[in-house]
Amino acid sequence: MFSPLNIRIGFYLALRALRRASLWTTGLIVFVMVLTFLNLVVISGILVGLLQGAVDAVRTRYTSDVIISTLSDKKYIENSPNLIELARNLEGVEALTPRYRESASLEANYRTRKESDKANIAPAQIIGIDPASEDEVTGLSEDLIEGEFLVPGDYDKIVLGNYLLKQYMVIETPGLATLENVGIGTKIRIHVGDVTREVEVKGILKSKVDEIALRAFMVDSQFRSMIGRNDGNVDEISIKVEEDVDPAEVRDALLLRGAGNDARVQTYEDAQPQAFKDIIATFSMLGTMFSSIGLVVASVTIFIVIFINAITRRKYIGILKGIGIHGKVIELSYVFQSIFYAVLGSAVGLALVYGFLVPYFANNPIDFPFSDGILVAPINQTFFRVGLLIVSTVIAGYIPAWMIVRRNTLDSILGRN
Amino acid sequence: MIRTKNLTKTFKNGDVETRVLKGIDFAAGQGEFIAIMGRSGAGKSTFLYQISLLDDPTGGEIVIDGHDTHTMSAEEKMLFRLSRFGFVFQDYALLPELTALENVAVPLLMQGKTKKDAYASSSAALDRAGLGHRLNNLPSQLSGGEQQRVSIVRAVAHNPKILYADEPTANLDNDSSAKIMEIFKELHAKGQTIIMVTHEEQYAKMAQRIVRLDDGKIVSETKALS
Repeated sequence: MFSPLNIRIGFYLALRALRRASLWTTGLIVFVMVLTFLNLVVISGILVGLLQGAVDAVRTRYTSDVIISTLSDKKYIENSPNLIELARNLEGVEALTPRYRESASLEANYRTRKESDKANIAPAQIIGIDPASEDEVTGLSEDLIEGEFLVPGDYDKIVLGNYLLKQYMVIETPGLATLENVGIGTKIRIHVGDVTREVEVKGILKSKVDEIALRAFMVDSQFRSMIGRNDGNVDEISIKVEEDVDPAEVRDALLLRGAGNDARVQTYEDAQPQAFKDIIATFSMLGTMFSSIGLVVASVTIFIVIFINAITRRKYIGILKGIGIHGKVIELSYVFQSIFYAVLGSAVGLALVYGFLVPYFANNPIDFPFSDGILVAPINQTFFRVGLLIVSTVIAGYIPAWMIVRRNTLDSILGRN
Repeated sequence: MIRTKNLTKTFKNGDVETRVLKGIDFAAGQGEFIAIMGRSGAGKSTFLYQISLLDDPTGGEIVIDGHDTHTMSAEEKMLFRLSRFGFVFQDYALLPELTALENVAVPLLMQGKTKKDAYASSSAALDRAGLGHRLNNLPSQLSGGEQQRVSIVRAVAHNPKILYADEPTANLDNDSSAKIMEIFKELHAKGQTIIMVTHEEQYAKMAQRIVRLDDGKIVSETKALS
C-alpha cells in the first residue's frame, strides 16, 4: 500500500534519519556507491576506450570520415578526377585528400654495405600525397616526432613511419624487416617496380595506426612520375565531412551518384575490419560482465548496510508499528535512504567521470601497445547505468527493510527473536 | 469499552509450552484509570500487550468499543492502534533521530494531518507538558523524565480513547516518577481512559482500580484508596 500518505511519511522519516546520521557512516556508504559507479562506468569505459582509441586514431589520421578506395579487381580508382570533383562539390564535405599508393621496398646502408653483407631492405607502401590537403584532412604532420613534414615543392624527400625504422621498434618482430641507422637527412633508396630513386629522409612519423607507421610518404607530383601514372587516377581518397554531418549521408550521396561503379565507398565504420568489430563487441560484452558484477557488489553492499541498520533499529521499527505507523512507511523510509545513497554516489561519480576522468584521459590517453586508450562514457549509457544502480539499490534496500518490518511487532519492541 | 473473556496466551519454545495467561475475564469502562499489578512473571505486561492489540492471544476474546478484535486483520489492528490507542513504554521508546517535536508529530502526520497542523498541535502539547523549551532537542539531549513526558505527549497527542502504559516510571527517579504520575492524574481527570502496568504500589494507588494478577490469572480487583 504505497499511498501518497505512506510515501510522504516515509520520506519524512528518511530525511530525518539521513540528516541526523553519522557523517562518517553516510560518507562511507556514499564512497562505496561512488566506487561502484566508477566500477560500472570506468572499467567498461576503458575496455571499450582501449579500442575506441584505436578506432579514433584510424579515423583521424587515415580514413577520415569517408574513405574511397580501389575496387578489389582494379589497380586504382578509375575516373578519379571526376570522382574527386564530385566529392569536392558534395554538400557536407569539408575537405578531401587523394592519395597514390604503391608497394615498394626501401633500402638503407647501401653505401657502407660490404659485398658479403645482407642488404638492409624493408618492404613498405609508398603514399603520394598533397601535403597541404593531407594535413587539412588528417593532420598527419601532428604525428611527426623527428624532422619536418613534406611541403608541396619537396623534391626527393620522404617521410617514414616509425615501424619502418629499427630504433622505433620496441620489440623485434619476426618477419618485419626494418631499416637500421636511418635518421633525418639519411639517404635511402626506393625501389618501385623497375624504378629506383634515392631520396632523403625529411621526417619521421610516430603512430599506432599501421596505415601510418608502416608507410612512407612522398609529394604526389614526384611519386606520380615514379609510378608512371599521369592520368590523375588515385588509389585512395579520404573525405572529411563538416561537423554535425553524418558520414553515412555523404557515402550514400556518393553511391547515389554512381561512385560505387569505380570505387569502394565506405564510412570509417564500414572500413573497420570485421575482426576489429568483433573485438569491440567482445570487449563491450566483457565490460558489461564486469559492470554486472559491480552492480551485484553494490546491491550486496546496500543490502548489508540497510540490513544492519534495520536490525540495529529493529526495536524502533517495532515501536513505529506499535504506535500505528504502517509497515510500508518504514519500508519506504529505507527505500528513500537507499535512493539517496545511490543518487549521491552517482552524482559524485558523474562529476568525477565527466568533470575529471574523461577530459583527463582525452588529454592523457593510456599508452596501450596498439592504441592510445581513452575513457568512453556515452551520456545515454552512463545514465542507463545510473538508472540500473538506483533500481538495484532500491531493491537491495527494500528487501532487508521488508524482512525486518514483517517480523512480529511485539517481538521487535521487546528484542525477542 | 474493553472486555476480555477467557483470555489465554501460551508461548511455545520448541516442545516447551508456557501458559502465561490462563483465562482472564476483564472489563474496563470509559474514563477508567486502572492499574495492573503483580509480581514479576505474573503476566501483567503480556496481558497489556493482548488488550492493546500488540500481540495476538492464543485463546479467548477481546472486544474493544464493540469490535471483536479476533476477526481483525493485522492492517485493521494497526489502524485501530493508530486511531484509538496511545502507548507509553517503560524505556520511553522515542525515535532517536527525531526531535521531541517530531516524535510527537509522527502519529499525527500518519493520521493525515498536514505538517503545519501536526507541528502546531504537537508544539502546544509539549508546551503544556513543560517541554516548550525542548521542542528541537533529540531524545539523547533530554533527561529520562523529559523523555518519558515526551513519550506521554506523543501517546495522547491524537486524543486516543485508551492510553496504555507499561511500567512508565520504572526507569525514573522519584521526582520524575511523581511528575509522570501527576500527568496521568490530570489526563484521567479530563476523562482519559488509562490502563497502566506497574509494580509500584504508591503509583498504583493513584488509579481508580487495581487489578492484581498472579500466575496468569486475576486474583483480586480492588478500588484504590486515594
